[in-house]
Parts: sequence; C-alpha cells; structure tokens
Amino acid sequence: MKKTYKIEVDCANCANKMEEAAKKTAGVKDAVVNFMTLKMNVEFEEGQDPKAVMQEVRKNCKKVEDDCEVYI
Amino acid sequence: MSKKQKKMLIRIIAAAILLIVLNFIPATGIVRFILYLVPYLVIGYDILLKALKGIKNHQVFDENFLMAVATVGAIALALYDRSGDYTEAVAVMLFYQVGEWFQSYAVGKSRRNISELMDIRPDYANVERDGRLEKVDPDEVEIGSVIVVQPGEKVPIDGIIIEGSSSLNTSALTGESLPRDAKAGDEIISGCINMTGVLKIQTTKEFGESTVSKILDLVENASSRKSRSEDFISKFARIYTPAVCYAALALAFLPPLVRMFAMGLPADWGTWIYRALTFLVISCPCALVISIPLSFFAGIGGASNAGILVKGSNYLETLSQTKIVVFDKTGTLTQGVFEVNGIHHNELEDEKLIEYAALAESASSHPISRSLQKAYGKEIDRGRVTDIKEISGGGVIAKVDGVEVAAGNDKLMNQLGIPYINCHSVGTIIHMAINGTYAGHIVISDVIKPHSKEAVRELKTAGVRQTVMLTGDARKVADQVASELGLDDVYSELLPEDKVNKVEELLKNKPENAKLAFVGDGINDAPVLGRADIGIAMGAMGSDAAIEAADVVLMDDDPLKIVKAIRISRKCLRIVYQNIIFAIGIKLICLVLGALGIANMWLAIFADVGVMIIAVLNAIRALFVKKL
Repeated sequence: MKKTYKIEVDCANCANKMEEAAKKTAGVKDAVVNFMTLKMNVEFEEGQDPKAVMQEVRKNCKKVEDDCEVYI
Repeated sequence: MSKKQKKMLIRIIAAAILLIVLNFIPATGIVRFILYLVPYLVIGYDILLKALKGIKNHQVFDENFLMAVATVGAIALALYDRSGDYTEAVAVMLFYQVGEWFQSYAVGKSRRNISELMDIRPDYANVERDGRLEKVDPDEVEIGSVIVVQPGEKVPIDGIIIEGSSSLNTSALTGESLPRDAKAGDEIISGCINMTGVLKIQTTKEFGESTVSKILDLVENASSRKSRSEDFISKFARIYTPAVCYAALALAFLPPLVRMFAMGLPADWGTWIYRALTFLVISCPCALVISIPLSFFAGIGGASNAGILVKGSNYLETLSQTKIVVFDKTGTLTQGVFEVNGIHHNELEDEKLIEYAALAESASSHPISRSLQKAYGKEIDRGRVTDIKEISGGGVIAKVDGVEVAAGNDKLMNQLGIPYINCHSVGTIIHMAINGTYAGHIVISDVIKPHSKEAVRELKTAGVRQTVMLTGDARKVADQVASELGLDDVYSELLPEDKVNKVEELLKNKPENAKLAFVGDGINDAPVLGRADIGIAMGAMGSDAAIEAADVVLMDDDPLKIVKAIRISRKCLRIVYQNIIFAIGIKLICLVLGALGIANMWLAIFADVGVMIIAVLNAIRALFVKKL
C-alpha cells in the first residue's frame, strides 16, 4: 500500500536525511521524499498498519532532523 | 515571506547592524568578548542548539554541527591568540544564515510560481437545484449530474455539453493560446476556461477521475521519480561531508605533528587548526543538494505550462539523451481522420459529384461516408435519397433526386460492368457512376498534420540522429507519407505485435547511450510506449489510456511539441550539469586554497553561500521555456 503525507522541512539535505530515516523504519518498504513539493510517499509492507508505522517514521525523522514535521 | 523567514530576516539585519556598530567600539579583553558574543548568539543560537541535539541523536556530520564547530573554534582561537578578532566567527555564521534564508526564500518562491502555472484546480461546481444555482465541492458531483459553467469559470469535471455554445481557453492544459469552439453535443474536458457563453454540461466522470485531477496528480508526483543526477547528488552529499570532516581533522593534527617530530620546527597549532576550521565551512554540500532537484522541478513545471507533462525527473533526463525517434503514423504524424483529397476524371462539377456521393452514402456511418459529408459541408436532406442498396464489400447504389448513383470501389464498377479509370494517388478510391456511366473518382486519404514536416526537420536540428515511422497501413501509403515528411526509415503493414518487435530490434541495434523515444497516440500502442526507453503519447486531452501508458504526455497533438519537449529537457539537463561542475569545482578549489592557507574563512563562507545563490538562480532558469 502506498500513501502520501505532507511534510515540513527547510533544507534539501535534511529532506534526503528524512528519506533515509523513513526507509530504515520497520514496516516501510520504500519511501521517497520530495523536497520541492514537500511530500513524502511511503510504501508500506504487507499487513502493516500505516498509522502506527508513520508514528515511527516521524520519530525517526525527528531524530535526524530536529526541525521537521510529518503530518499524519 | 513566511513567518519563519521574516523572523530570520530580522535576526540577520539585527546581527549585521550589531557587528558594524561593534567595529567602532574600542573595547578590549573580556568586555570585547562578551560584546561580540551578543550578535553571535542572536544570529546563531538555533544552529548551536540544533548542533547539540544532533550530537544527542548521533547525527554528527550535519551542517549545523559543522558550522557550530567552525565558529566556536574560530572564537576559541581568537581567545587563545588574544587577537580579539571575533568578527570572522560572527560573520561566518551571519553569511551562513543569509544563504539559508535566501535558499528558503527562493525555493518557496519557485514552489509558488510553479503551482500558479498549474493553477487549473477548480474550487467549485455549479449545480442547478430547484431553479437556482448552487456552488458545491466538485468531489460531491455524481456522474450524470448537470453542471453549469458560466463565462470566466473553469470547467470542473469532464462531461458532454447538453446546452449552450462557447469558446474555451485551453492554454492551461495545452499551452495553446488559440481558443477552441465548443457546442452542444461536444465532449468537454475539465481544466478548460469557459470564455463566452453559459454551458450546461452533463458529467461523464467523477472529479477524481477527471482530466484535471489526473494532470494535477501527475505533475505533483512527477519529481518523486528521481533522476540519476539526483541520486548521484544525494550519494555524493553522503560521502562528501564526512570526507571533508576527516580531511579537516587530518589537517589540524598531522602537519603540526610532522613539524614537531620530523622537522624539528614549532608545531604552529593555531594556523593549522584555523585551516581545518576553514575546511569545515566549505564542507556543506548545500548548493548541490538544493539546486539539482530545483532545476528538475522548474524544468517539469515549465514543461507542463507548455502542455507537456513529464512524469518524472528520470524521464526528463532520458528525453535529453534521445537520439532515435520512432513515430506511429495514424494520429501522430497524420490527422487520423479521412478527408477528400482529390477528385479526378470527373464529368460533372466537383461540388455536384461530392454532393451525389455524400447523399448516396448518407445512410452509412463509416468514416469514409462521414468524410464525404464533411466535404459536402451542407445539411444532408435524406428525403432526396431513395432505393438505397448497400453492396457489401463494394459500395452503395442509390437514387438521388431520381438519378441513379453508384459509389464504390473497383469491384462495384466491375460488378456493374462500367469501365473505370484506375487512380495513381494513395488512399481510398471511390469510383462514381451516374445513370450507368462513369463520372470520375474521389480520393479519400488521411491528411498529414500541418506541423509534421517541420517537426521532423526540427528534430534533426535538435540532434536526433534517426527518425523512423511504424504503421499498420499499406506500404504505398506509408512510403508516400515517409518521403513527404523526410523520415529516415519506414516499416509498414505491421501488426501491433510487429511494432513491439521492430522497436526491440531498434533498441538492440542502437548504441548504449543513445535513447529511443516512441511517439504514439497512446490508445492502441500502449505496449510499444512501455517498451521504448521513453514513451511519448500525444493528443492526450481526454484520453486516460494515453496518460497512464506514457512517460511523457503531450496534451495537444501538435508534433512540434516533441521537439519542444526535447529542447526543454536538454536545457534542464544543461543547467543541472552546469551546477554540478560549478559547485563541485569551486568547492574543490577552495579546499585546496584553504589547505594551503591562501583562503581564509571569509573566502570559504563566500564560496559556500555565493555558489549556492548562483546555483539556485541558475536552476530557476529551467522554468523559462517559452522561447525554446
């Protein structure tokens, strides 16, 4: 399953870091962060609950870039 | 400007003024240190906080940390030397923030610009309820409802006009400024702007399935498919920053140790630590990381404004390397509608012959009969036609105004025993016999689009090496079209699967870095579109299949747009490479100069911020595609 989330981030390199962090989160098959449109496309693994996974994604993103937000 | 940007701007100005004022205050010692600490903290407190948080979260090599280390280090050196030169550290922080501010401003601005270009999202739909118009959310309109579009409004949902006529401005969709006429019975697609008359439209789709939603969705998600250049940059950034940091560490410790133990000279720690700090200032890859995606974003935005939808940065990249263009014939290079192209050997006036033919064929809905009616141009009075006899596989015999008219192919003429004259023209030939005597023939053929020839020629000047046409049509027709357009190769009488095979053959025989583009109308050539390096569908207004199957979608069916698409992609990629070479080049030069002690921290920060500003401005250039 794929879903798109709005994000808030200030620099392009931070967006790259968020992408890395989201990709490494358990339950995420693939993630793409688009800095220009401020969107994150997340592909979840089978049988995962997007809401719970996204909480983790957000936590991991905050770890790599304090000044960011993922709107779930 | 957003709130954040305003706040930052105030901080930048305040710190700058403080710094200038402090220059004129002759304080020394600890007072001087405390005074300079004020602008430093005003401009850099958030960087320092972020750096601390970064350390806590094991994110050591981020630019906040680097800036913090570089500036704190510079202040510490100034304290250690008792030189009292704190200006450098404050200035580095100040310029770094100016760069960040500019970047956020420029990106926000181009984000808005591009979304304005694509401002086709309708906000509401007018629905008639109890004789009054009501504005509702387009999402709530069900299929088959009747909506009203007034002059000046956007058409919100795809449908069929049931009442009214108007001209439509389709420029937001196609980039074409010429208005298009629409009347009752016509299909209408969302995203057009109704210009003159009130239209009543019966919707045929839901809002989410309408053209306008599909296009917006496509454009918004386009830059999510990253190009090789973008991948390269994010990989580069991941390696570059740590590499420069380790180099800085080595620069700080190795030379002094070597001097001390191997050469017996004083260690000169201060100089080498200063050079290492300069390194740290240069280590931020901002210019690259921001300007490359921005170039692609601007390129895709500019292209969509010209009626060319590119589904991802990677396709823009491939498009720029296109060396072979393969065309489908019908609907791509030709109109795909049949027209009367000539009337030969006729005994009557041309108009009269067409009139007889149109009337005799009036009962049929075959494309041939429709093109005859179109050539006749007047209302068909069915009452004038009697005794219609369809001869299967031959044509038709009918009485028009009491005169016996036979219209059909050579078989029909043979059957009737009427001698006829063969035609040398290419196309479908309709022989006519009036009252049993031969009256000439009408040639009906597909018409080449007005810009096809120009497009093929322009492609060559744009650097395309080979142009090929594939068609299921007869060899004679195909060869004639190909020679008229000046195409290099033509393969005719192909079944749909033959087209795929032909494309695969061409793919196999081409050099590795030359890309092959296939251009079709997207309706029946989806497999070929998928097989080519890049699939371009044209005339996509209202055709979902085309939008799905292709990588690049041309909203209208002008073949010149293919050339434009390639030019846009070339410009965009040129900018990308300029920025990569420029940014990496300047950084490397500054690193070398820094290591040798020629560049100081001032130069380093100017290199960092200056390169970023120039690269961002250069990237925005990709948006301007009007004159290509």
